[in-house]
Amino acid sequence: MTTTTTTGAPRSAPAGRTDVLRASGVTMRFGGLTAVRGVDLAVDSGEIVGLIGPNGAGKTTFFNCLTGLYIPTEGQVSYKGTVLPHRSHLVTKAGIARTFQNIRLFANMTVLENVLVGRHTRTKEGLLSALLRGPGFRKAERSSEEKAMELLEFTGLAGKREHLARNLPYGEQRKLEIARALASEPGLLLLDEPTAGMTAGETSATRDLVLAVREQGTAVLVIEHDMRFIFNLCDRVAVLVQGEKLVEGSPEVVQADERVVAAYLGTPFEGEPGEAEAAEVREAERATGTGPAAGTAADENPKGERS
Amino acid sequence: MATTNPEAGTTTAAAPAEPLDVTGAPGTLRLPPKAARLLTAAGAVGTFASTMLAWTWTAEFPGDLTYYGSPVDLQTLTLVGSLLTLAVLLAGNGVRGLRWLTPGGKTAPVVLLALGTLGVVWFTAGAIAVVLGGIVNFEPGMWVAVLTSLATVVGALGLRADLPFDPADPALRDPGAWQRFRHSLKSATPAPARELPGWAELLTIAVMFGIGLFVFTYGIDTPYGELFIGFLILVSFGATALARAGLSQRLSKLTGKHRNVTFTAAFVAAACFPFTQSSDQYTSVAANILIFATVALGLNVVVGLAGLLDLGYVAFLGVGAYAAALVSGSDTSVLGVEFPFWAAVLTGAGASLVFGVVIGAPTLRLHGDYLAIVTLGFGEIFRIGMENLDGSSGPSVTNGANGIANIPDLVILGFNFGEDHTIFGVDIGPFANYYLLMLVFTLIIVTIFRRADRSRIGRAWVAVREDETAARAMGINGFRVKLIAFALGATLAGMAGTVQAHVTSSVTPEQYQFVEVVPPNSAFLLAAVILGGMGTVSGPLVGASLLYLIPAKLQFIGDYQLLLFGLALVLLMRYRPEGLLADRRKKLEFHDTGQLDVPTGGPGLSKTEA
Repeated sequence: MTTTTTTGAPRSAPAGRTDVLRASGVTMRFGGLTAVRGVDLAVDSGEIVGLIGPNGAGKTTFFNCLTGLYIPTEGQVSYKGTVLPHRSHLVTKAGIARTFQNIRLFANMTVLENVLVGRHTRTKEGLLSALLRGPGFRKAERSSEEKAMELLEFTGLAGKREHLARNLPYGEQRKLEIARALASEPGLLLLDEPTAGMTAGETSATRDLVLAVREQGTAVLVIEHDMRFIFNLCDRVAVLVQGEKLVEGSPEVVQADERVVAAYLGTPFEGEPGEAEAAEVREAERATGTGPAAGTAADENPKGERS
Repeated sequence: MATTNPEAGTTTAAAPAEPLDVTGAPGTLRLPPKAARLLTAAGAVGTFASTMLAWTWTAEFPGDLTYYGSPVDLQTLTLVGSLLTLAVLLAGNGVRGLRWLTPGGKTAPVVLLALGTLGVVWFTAGAIAVVLGGIVNFEPGMWVAVLTSLATVVGALGLRADLPFDPADPALRDPGAWQRFRHSLKSATPAPARELPGWAELLTIAVMFGIGLFVFTYGIDTPYGELFIGFLILVSFGATALARAGLSQRLSKLTGKHRNVTFTAAFVAAACFPFTQSSDQYTSVAANILIFATVALGLNVVVGLAGLLDLGYVAFLGVGAYAAALVSGSDTSVLGVEFPFWAAVLTGAGASLVFGVVIGAPTLRLHGDYLAIVTLGFGEIFRIGMENLDGSSGPSVTNGANGIANIPDLVILGFNFGEDHTIFGVDIGPFANYYLLMLVFTLIIVTIFRRADRSRIGRAWVAVREDETAARAMGINGFRVKLIAFALGATLAGMAGTVQAHVTSSVTPEQYQFVEVVPPNSAFLLAAVILGGMGTVSGPLVGASLLYLIPAKLQFIGDYQLLLFGLALVLLMRYRPEGLLADRRKKLEFHDTGQLDVPTGGPGLSKTEA
């Protein structure tokens, strides 16, 4: 496969943008398996970038390389011009925060405590100051709590500050994960499938939340399977297929790309049982004229890829 | 939490033949409500009366239960039990002046107290029959007690439960006797208390700790095993009754409001203990309990907060004790120097800190079971190492298995801990001195625990325990905070060890095994933390007291001690995995209840200090 990079001119972009994130030639091999191969990706400040791809395309692996959970076999990742260390807590300290595909809250901590943990890198009171309880410690704790409450107001969870995280409904757990990530005052927020398992209403609320995050000056990189969500939200979309970047560009460019459709739906080949029938169905769908095949078909069958 | 809508339940759950009663589901036994109340009251009064009679004819049974008109020991416990039953029953029926006793449940505490009294009486009867050889040794008073306590329980089981059955639960459409019994032990959460004036709240806290001190002193002073068992039965049923009656919740709300007052009151009550004692017999027990409890509290930092399962923790106590012994000026110490106490404490704590970091740095990269196994190994390495540093297998430092003996008593600012002193007209013996010194250490360690818990580092520990990957993604250096927890735990144990060396006056390797019959050892320390409640302050203190007192008081279980101990732990893990004294937060953690009771106002669940 050839890699085409169509760097779409940033629409509605304020002048003087800078690179927040620049990943160049990131490759991740697990033994003989190459999960991510030579991926370049850049995120500018104030930008929302989507990363899509069929299941198993290496999106989460790429995310883990960015956040220092994995050490990439080749390539490097830099944040605002400095190369990131391969330790996830240092990456967070540098300014990249993330959420997880499967919610990973601190289940037995309260909502407020979860967000306070997120403030860890932006405070520095150690054990000694905790034991001595000087005025500096109290001041830092108070301001941390104020910041945390601001974030809970921002995400609409302020009323549930004393609940244990595990007792929150699913949608609110996702929100809390975002609030916790924002607590570290990141310059770039990585969201790993933020709307997985959500209803349409919750999805649109998440979209508003992500846009509000951008308003505050944080760039966002989001992995998602929900095409409507991605194409409505992102300034730029990159498509990852089998570990390689297939296309990158504005939503329109990506939606129109034949190869993206092929990657999601597969190309029919002879002899596979059931494939003929599937092709027939697809023909019928096209015949009913549901518009330009690429975007809509992928949109309505986000899980219909061949893997 | 069960529903508190009384009417919804009765209409569906109560049998149609029964009179409509909105107070709750039917009791275990189907008695007319009035008859049940009368029987309970009569039974309680009868039990009370029986304690004024002789229970046996001979003074051979310990305690001498042969007098008319003056209850002793087990009879006193029965008396207290029956009076409490009566009081709670009257309170539940709206008798003026007593209603504060049952803000929550009304029936459940009666049932529990009746069962507790029955337990004490029947246990006494059984013990008399076994010790003296047969029920012929009963005097009429014993029979009266046996029958009246049974009558109380029968009556209490006939009382209607506090809560209606949950109509949504299909298993309770036609409940069997066992289900009705279990249901009768449930109770509603009490309504928020009326605002008391400030002085009354403080007085309540003071009275609470006064009673606590009295109960604890009574338990520690029990001169024979039978009385201690009776005491345990009554206290465990009584404490549960207190919780079901809703008093515990109200008290804990009060103590949560006045944290510092509570803290001070607890300290004062504990400091009063030696002044209630006339000899050193039980203060030595108390001093050892404090050492054990303090070390357990240190372990609670490691296990309860940071979630690191450390099976070799007693080694840190040993390092502190050996370090203090070496610099104590003992004639068997190879160093032959005598440090002042403050320097000895610093030496012990410092040695433990170094040992903790040296062990922690390589092992804390392991997780879960692997960490447990490696710490278990290091614990044993410490003991065997101390045995071999005897001059023949290795350099001569510790005198091997003989240990360092004749550790002199402490002298701080001219105050000799080995001598009797008279304070406020009370003779304070050597162990009482050490008890008070140890109490200061406990105070320090409790403060350290509380402050570390409610801080940035404390939250980082819990986060690492909950999900290390997520914690690292939040910017927490997992290894570093775990090492801090490990080192802090080691230091606290080392501090306790410096006092322990002087209390036991000799330090030998086999004091610091993984498991043996006498606490503290690693297994018992961990058990104390788990038994009491992980992550809390009071949990390990209570757990350690129980684990020390039970073997010390019940010498006769001897060889079966570890077996019974294991059984008790299995039962505890099955029925109360959060530990005996868990806070609301731990209960939410271990029981999948869903959080409907949103805390409003007052101190919440979050551990913050702002």
